[in-house]
Amino acid sequence: MNFAVLQFPGSNCDQDAVHVLSNVLGHSAHLLWHKEPSLGNADAVIVPGGFSYGDYLRTGAIARFSPVMQAVQQFAASGGLVLGICNGFQILCEAGLLPGALVRNKSLQFRCEHIFLKTATTDSPFTNKIPDGKVLHVPIAHGEGSYFADADTLASLQANNQIFWQYCTAAGELTDDANPNGSLLNIAGVCNTARNVAGLMPHPERASENLLGSDDGLLIFQSMIAVLENKTAAKAA
Amino acid sequence: MKAKIIITPKKAVVDPQGKTVQSALEHMGYTGVVGVHVGKYIEVDLAPGTDAGAARKALDEASHKFLSNPIIEDYRLEIE
Repeated sequence: MNFAVLQFPGSNCDQDAVHVLSNVLGHSAHLLWHKEPSLGNADAVIVPGGFSYGDYLRTGAIARFSPVMQAVQQFAASGGLVLGICNGFQILCEAGLLPGALVRNKSLQFRCEHIFLKTATTDSPFTNKIPDGKVLHVPIAHGEGSYFADADTLASLQANNQIFWQYCTAAGELTDDANPNGSLLNIAGVCNTARNVAGLMPHPERASENLLGSDDGLLIFQSMIAVLENKTAAKAA
Repeated sequence: MKAKIIITPKKAVVDPQGKTVQSALEHMGYTGVVGVHVGKYIEVDLAPGTDAGAARKALDEASHKFLSNPIIEDYRLEIE
């Protein structure tokens, strides 16, 4: 499969995402500069972490107007898979591709640590390879990752099964202590109503090799790859 | 000619900065403070002779779609 990994001025997890997709998982992944107006022949898009445009104004607020993001809007509208990680999640929310917004951590601290994630549903292109009940161990690194959405939006996220990941204890319990940033409902990641665009604050690409302490993050990329390969096989048949 | 845009967090959004500043004010002995909300202030310089009505319309649009995020923030636009 062919992944496009976007690159904005200030992106800093772009190379990590390319490394995991190509060197660890053996797929094709290429960087795409923010001025590119087209995604070329990409099968899926990764919007990586970092501090695009220095986080000026609001996180993701300026990046969403990049030429490449107009192409991502079209790609998403036609059903293409888009995953936003950390700053990528913030950009997708600012772009209106995902519901809600990410605001300053409740503690006012930049939190850089490993956390535990409960996967709320395996019914999606991003979570289908995650075994039922498995708690993922992945790192976070953000100052503005507190998920906010109004009450109506939260209710519709729950009703439509759009909450993918929630901060939890090692045993999988959703507690306030396990919530590193004050996110509502412990939300760490959500998807859109069509379920083809998802975002999360934790970094699966930094937990994709045992050498780094965990390879749980691979399950998210492997879920996407499984869906893409099924699609390709269906087209060929 | 200037436009001033004052952006504040919506009341429903937890504002840890505002709460921390409020608590600091209390510790410093400033009594009677019942709430602090930390937002942003943006000043836009406009070319001389700009039509105030047109500028207001354009900046209102820009404030809604770019300068503020309506999910988490309110804004007030002033032109002078």
